[in-house]
Parts: sequence; structure tokens; C-alpha cells
Amino acid sequence: MKQNRFWAWVVFLLGASYFIVPLVATFEFSLRMRRGYYSFDSYASVFSDPNFQATFGYSVLIGIFSILVGIVIVVPAVYFVRLRLPWLRPFMEFFTLLPLIIPAIILVYGYIRLYNSSSIIPFTGSALGTDILLTFAYVTLALPYTYRAVDTGMRTIDVQTLTEAAQIAGANTIQIISQIILPNILVAVLSGAFLTFAIVIGEFTIASLLNRPAFGPYLQNIGANRAYEPAALAIISFIITWGAMGMINVLGRFAPRTSARTD
Amino acid sequence: MSTTTSSRRRFSLEFLGVAPFIIFGLMFLVLPTLYLLGGAFIGRDGELTFDNILGLFTDQIMAAYWISIRIAGASSIIGALAGLAIALAIIRGRLPAPLRSAIMTFSGVASNFAGVPLAFAFIATLGRLGLVTIIAKTVFGLDLYRAGFNLLSFWGLTITYLYFQIPLMILIIAPAIDGLKKEWSEAAASLGAQPWQFWRYIGLPILWPSFLGTVSLLFANAFGAIATAYGLTGSSLNIVPILLYAQIRGDALQNPGLGAALALGMVVITAFANIIYLVISQRAERWMK
Repeated sequence: MKQNRFWAWVVFLLGASYFIVPLVATFEFSLRMRRGYYSFDSYASVFSDPNFQATFGYSVLIGIFSILVGIVIVVPAVYFVRLRLPWLRPFMEFFTLLPLIIPAIILVYGYIRLYNSSSIIPFTGSALGTDILLTFAYVTLALPYTYRAVDTGMRTIDVQTLTEAAQIAGANTIQIISQIILPNILVAVLSGAFLTFAIVIGEFTIASLLNRPAFGPYLQNIGANRAYEPAALAIISFIITWGAMGMINVLGRFAPRTSARTD
Repeated sequence: MSTTTSSRRRFSLEFLGVAPFIIFGLMFLVLPTLYLLGGAFIGRDGELTFDNILGLFTDQIMAAYWISIRIAGASSIIGALAGLAIALAIIRGRLPAPLRSAIMTFSGVASNFAGVPLAFAFIATLGRLGLVTIIAKTVFGLDLYRAGFNLLSFWGLTITYLYFQIPLMILIIAPAIDGLKKEWSEAAASLGAQPWQFWRYIGLPILWPSFLGTVSLLFANAFGAIATAYGLTGSSLNIVPILLYAQIRGDALQNPGLGAALALGMVVITAFANIIYLVISQRAERWMK
């Protein structure tokens, strides 16, 4: 058993060094901008770049809209499928698996072909239309995670009883979903939201091919033209991802631990 | 009378609630993909043809598929083995509990830390001026690049991809390892089994389906990835997603139908990997109960 534990430590230390060394190296590299000694110049340069502020703001905005659209689409669907239409469940599972099978680059290629400016629904014909298309694309990318988060959340509450109780109290369906179900699965929904945010904020492929001024293409552009700023941006991105995941962990502590009914 | 109207109203209400999801799925997942893939069978003049598919069999495109498959294959198999080892170490190797939750949290972060920033991190680590490259040269006298290493190569890309592949493996395989009940190893031990016998005849056969399934998921994950590779190399590396990117950007192959065929090839390969995953995970679930 002691030997077992020894090997566990060896594996852990090997793994830890693979994951920590690039972070250390990137951080060290980001400090090298001023010759001769370490400084935070590259960070100052990044934060003062108006393009950084503009593209980051744009991606945050698109991210927020993607989260909202995702909730509006997924929550009612999961609710009704759980409550009354269980036979639809396989279709839902299938739909939500598709984004894992179809690479993002293929989705966006399909969008460009199907929704070009001369089609019936010319999303890419205007800037606003393309923004909407980008939002929907991100909703699609995040769909597997949003769906699973909401589905798990609804499994831990007793949807049937809550609905009946609300109906007896005179609530209509929209009230039930928005005022009874949603608050009860808020932790799960927020977990999905932060994951969506982490996926969306630095996304490159779709934003770049739709020609939108998002954070991902900005990162790529800086990478091709600057020396030290990319390292600073990598550290900043890592901190953002860490923040989003950390929020999910914190939220997990508030999640209901008992499942109401497991039938 | 009143019950039929109310039940019909409820019926339509239910569909109204599900409809946005279904319509969204059709409009932004199914239709664009089918439309694109259908384009692979349509020639320049709009007639049905297999020329585009046959057009894939050129040296450049076949080389791109081959290196993509190799990178995805290597990073998924190595990533799965390393992830399994780490997950076993933290769960069965009885490392301190806080360490376990720290690793799981880190895995969640690292598995999402893909794309352009990851490429920057590895340029700063293993690029020509990267910290590890410099330390290897100045401290150990080993010039990695003169020794034949290049970050913009098969191994460079594979090492970079492992940064999100290993954590993904840890996240997916950890529940399966948790599913190995303590009683099983106790029962095996009380029947006189050595630890290796437990793993050889009980542990690994149970983990095998989850392992193989996750490998195929990792494969699809790496095969379709473009942002990391693009961030590392620009468009200089000839892998399928970058070739397709160039095609979408500026019709690099000078034939839209060929672009669609390229996409079809990608979907066929990732779908194949995922079908293996689905089939295997159904088998694996029998043990999870």
C-alpha cells in the first residue's frame, strides 16, 4: 500500500509539472517586455489598447446574450419534456450531442452558406444580423452544457409537485416556469451560464469567419504582430477562465444536496 | 367538453414550450450542416456529382487528413492514458482530499483553456524563446530546436493539445473510477487476489469501456480543433481544419464543392469516433448502477 501511495505522488508531481510549467513560463515571458528587468509593461500595454477594451466588451456582451437566449430556449423545453413529453427526451439528447460531433468550423461554414446575404434569412447581410447569428452560434456551442446543467438541476427538484402546487394557487405556465421552476434551479442555470461564458469569451473560429470584432480574433491578431502582449493576454485569459470555473465551484456549495424524488 | 378544450390547450402549450428548442436545433444545427454536406455532392453547374468527393484524393488533402488524424489520435491516446493515471493516483492512490478537489477544479479550468491563449502559453514555454527552451539550452546544454524539435510540428501540436485533453479525461473518467466499489477490491483481496490481479481481472475490464469511449470523445475534440493550431502556426500547418478555414476565408481550393466535401470528410470522421463512444458508453453504464 505504501508503494501504491509513492507512485500516486510520482504521477501527481509529473502531471503537476506539465500543467504548471507553461503557466510559469508564460507569466515569466509576459514580464520580459522591458529589457534587463521584470516589469508589468506588457499588461499596461494590453489594458491601454482601445482594441482590447472594445473587443473584450463586445465578447462579454455577446456572451451575456448567448446565456440569456440559451436559458430561454432550454429551460421551458426541459421543463415540458420532464413534465409531460418524456418521449421527446431522446431527440433532446440527440440535439444536444450534435455540437460535440459537428466541429464549430463546420457549423459556421454551414451558416455562411445557408444564411448568406442572398438567402431567405440573410443573417450575414448586416452587422446586426451577423451579431445575432454569432449569438445563436454560441448558444449552439454551449447547448450540450446548458442542457445538461438545466436537466441536472430539474432532476434535484420535484417538478411535478411544484407545478401542481402552483397551479392550485392559480399560477399560469409562464409564472410557474419563471417564478417557481427557475428560482429553484438557479444554481444549475448559473453554472451553465458561467461555463457558456468561459467557452464564448475567447472563441476564435466562428467570430473570425463571421468577421466580427470579438476578443478571439483580436487575440490571434496580437499573437501574429506582438512579442510580449500575447503572453500577458494568455495569463489574463487563464484568470478569466479560472474565475468562471471558480464561480461554478462556489455555486456548487449552494446546490440542493437531496434529490426530492428519484422515480 | 371543457376537459377536451383545456387538454388540447395544454397540449399546444407544451409544444409551444418545446418548439423554440426544436426550431433552434433545426435552424442552427441540423439544416446548416445538412445543407453544407449536401453541397459536397453538387457540382459547379448544380448537377449531382461525386467529383468533389473524388477531388479529396489529392496529395495535399490526403496529407492534411493524415496529419490531423495522427495528431488527434496521439493526443487522445496519450491524453487518455495520462488522465487515467492521474485520476487513479488521486482517487485510488489516497492522495490528500484537498489535493483531489484542487485537481478537479484545475481540470475544469484547463479543459476550457483551449484556443489562441493556449497557443500563446506554449509559445512562451517551448517556442524558440520560450522559458523551457532557454533553460534547456543554458542549464543543460540541450538545444531543443537543433535536436529536431519544433513547436509547429506533429509533436509540438500534440504536446500543446494534451493541455486540454488530459484534464478532459480526468473529468470524464473520475466518476467511472469512483464507481469501482471498495467492496470489490476487498472481496478480491479476501479471495486471495494480489492488487495487480484485481486490476487485471476486475478493475481494468470495468474501466475499459469508459476509457475507450473517452478516447473517441477526445479524438473528435482534437480533430475539429482549429483555434489552438491557428494561434500557434497561423495558416502554415497543413491540417484539415486549417485547410478548411483557408477555404472558407478565400476559397483556397478554388472550388466551393470541394470545400463542402472537405467538411463532409471531417464530419464522417468525428461522427465515427462519437458513434463508437455512444455504443461503448451504453455498455459502460451497466456497471455504473
